[in-house]
Amino acid sequence: MAEVSILIGGKAGFGIDKSGAIISFIMNSLGYSVYTYRDYPSIIRGGHTFSIIRAATERISSHRNAVDYILALNQDTVTLHKERVKENSVIVYDVDSVKCDGVCPVKNAVGISVGSILKEESAPEIMRNTCVIGAFSKVAGIEWSIVESVLKKEISKDIEINIKVARRGYDEVRALTAIKPVKGRPLPLITGSEAMGLGFLKAGLDTYIAYPMTPASPLLHFLASEAENYSIKVIHPESEIAVMLMALGFSYCGESVAVGTSGGGFCLMTEGLSLSGMAELPVVIVLGSRPGPSTGLPTYTSQTELNFALSAGQGEFTRFVAAPTGAEDSYYWAALSLNISKKFRIPSILLTDKTICEGLFNFDIDSIKEIRPEASSVPAFGPGKGRVVKSNSYEHDEYGITTEDPVKTVQMQSHRLQKTNLLTKELEKYEIVKCGGNNKSDTAVLCWGSNRPVCEEVARSLGLKVISPIVLSPFPVDALKAALKGIKKIISVESNATGQLGLLINGYGIKVTTQILKYDGRPFSVDELESIVKGKL
Amino acid sequence: MINLATTAENTWCAGCGNFAILGAIKSVLQSLAEDGFPLENVVLVSGIGCHAKIVDYINVNSFYSLHGRVVPVAEAIKLSKSNVKVIGFSGDGDSYGEGMEHLIFAAKRNIDITMIIHNNRVYGLTTGQYTPTSPLGFKGRSTPFGTKEMPINPLEVMLASGATFLARGTSHGLELLKNIFKEAILHKGFSLVDVLQVCVTFDNLYEYYDKRVYELKDHNPSDEAAAAGKIREWNYNNDAKIPLGVMYKREAETFDGRFVTKAKITDRDPNIREYLKGQI
Repeated sequence: MAEVSILIGGKAGFGIDKSGAIISFIMNSLGYSVYTYRDYPSIIRGGHTFSIIRAATERISSHRNAVDYILALNQDTVTLHKERVKENSVIVYDVDSVKCDGVCPVKNAVGISVGSILKEESAPEIMRNTCVIGAFSKVAGIEWSIVESVLKKEISKDIEINIKVARRGYDEVRALTAIKPVKGRPLPLITGSEAMGLGFLKAGLDTYIAYPMTPASPLLHFLASEAENYSIKVIHPESEIAVMLMALGFSYCGESVAVGTSGGGFCLMTEGLSLSGMAELPVVIVLGSRPGPSTGLPTYTSQTELNFALSAGQGEFTRFVAAPTGAEDSYYWAALSLNISKKFRIPSILLTDKTICEGLFNFDIDSIKEIRPEASSVPAFGPGKGRVVKSNSYEHDEYGITTEDPVKTVQMQSHRLQKTNLLTKELEKYEIVKCGGNNKSDTAVLCWGSNRPVCEEVARSLGLKVISPIVLSPFPVDALKAALKGIKKIISVESNATGQLGLLINGYGIKVTTQILKYDGRPFSVDELESIVKGKL
Repeated sequence: MINLATTAENTWCAGCGNFAILGAIKSVLQSLAEDGFPLENVVLVSGIGCHAKIVDYINVNSFYSLHGRVVPVAEAIKLSKSNVKVIGFSGDGDSYGEGMEHLIFAAKRNIDITMIIHNNRVYGLTTGQYTPTSPLGFKGRSTPFGTKEMPINPLEVMLASGATFLARGTSHGLELLKNIFKEAILHKGFSLVDVLQVCVTFDNLYEYYDKRVYELKDHNPSDEAAAAGKIREWNYNNDAKIPLGVMYKREAETFDGRFVTKAKITDRDPNIREYLKGQI
């Protein structure tokens, strides 16, 4: 597999994110498979923000620590990332604000005076990134026409001057290397949030409700911008408590509804979650986890909410919890969770994180099994002709009238909890535990959610099997045990400090041999994880 | 006459002010039906507290919600079904305490729902603690030496928040309650009726109210300054006269009215494909 990694960095407010997307689309246009990792602090201006764009001749969904190109719009980009360079790496930097000599030991450092170009073109400072993208494209031997067409597509404001500035950057330097176009059908490049949103839309979402919270906000923004195209309602109310209760109001009326948040917001939703269980009102909750406790590291990634997702809410009720592993998976399980919620009249939780929500992935819709919106198992729900529908947070009889009768209480609780068995049976139809890598190996890398792509790549490279439960409630213990047949050594990889999946499966009598835990808020890179796993073999 | 009774046994205390609210709303529902409004297009929402049992006692669509969470459920039902009349029942602990934020936002949005507050100024179901409208020095079970805080004037808060219909009644004035409830329900926009409903067990204020209440006469509810004056006449703490009736009323565009959704798009696949094409 041929591959190339490009890091672009600068201060927050420099348009690094947009630049990362532009470079991603350039690489995509050249026929590569692309994955882009975005790293930014929880601030609006200043600080250090960067993106790593990895392009390869095979499908990838993870990044590498080592990079082939660094595009530096500020000094931090060189200083903080100098460990990432390889012998032949190239640094393209702005000589007006970045010092490269003596800071980073690299043969190929290409400086351009971004400031003077902008001045000569009377362009605003925000266009420094376009200038550097132009210079990079030339250095990398990329045809100008590709750069121009991507810029035209990605930039909506002041496109002419942007192109002029990019062209100046392009003409200022000479080609040093050659990123050659490869044969490949360019696939759409979308975030995990967009994938989830499209999955919801596919399965008939009527209403999406959310209060802004990283990393779930991009889903809110995406659905809000698409609301008119699909004739759906998107509402941003006063709090996550209102979000959840509104969702149940829509659900009461028979609407297909989803909400999104992160751990802190989910705390506020849990009383409503429990009501969803009691009143049998379907709702899907997107839970984008981030490092905690409390506010933690808002813009970074983690898998800290598995225990929380499995046990949130007072009382005992059936819930469906799934942790998609990438873009296609996010689309598929978002759609499926809406259907499952409706069919069983239960809450579903899609457990995800920043790595998926904000990562840019290739997305092949034709590789995904067809899903159609499923009707509710209760045909006439919500207010309507000739019926009275009563929902109730108290224990209630079949008419919805409050009861404290001991016999009725047991009947109703059994009625609700039998859904766990029915759901377990239903889920046998689906790939609830995903296997990959070397099927003959007796060592398995066990992982879940966003760690799957990086683990899969490492497992392939080291000849190991990789196993990921996608469904986490009802826990697919039989499917997992089947996947573990013949496995002597389980290396569990999680992005949290206590090994929550490891503890969970321990309860089912499955012992993890060795654990690799990372809780610095950053996702594993392929090279980093490969060397750790090697050390455990 | 439509039979609005359910199988539920009524468990309010004898003499509870809730009976007046139940009687008034049943009578209003009957009259709506007689006017040709089908009751299948009514949804009642309640919170948690003695008040909330009301939905068990009326055979109409209902959503028995959580403590403090009447409003968001009611709002969603209205946004989902524009032809439905949503009537929320809530207590003073319920909506003025735990759920005040929702109330303020509903008023701000002028969403077309009606909130009827069973304001007995004491927690009944949790057996006698002070609420946001209990007077300063109120001796409840959590404040045995008296509260150290002033009550809020909920109607003043609602006026400031943008509510377009505000009224007050008591559980000793059934006819007035009926009239106010009907007017509130027919009002297009956010309406709130603060009912001084008496809790005979933990704070029997029948005599106190009977001495002080009077019905508004020659009051122009569309005059905001006059409405504010009437709303401030009694502050839930002093021993002033207590005006009853419609205090404030104005017409304004509603949140739900602004939520015009186009006809449902049944096949979404072309849109999804089109979007993806744009992401290459």
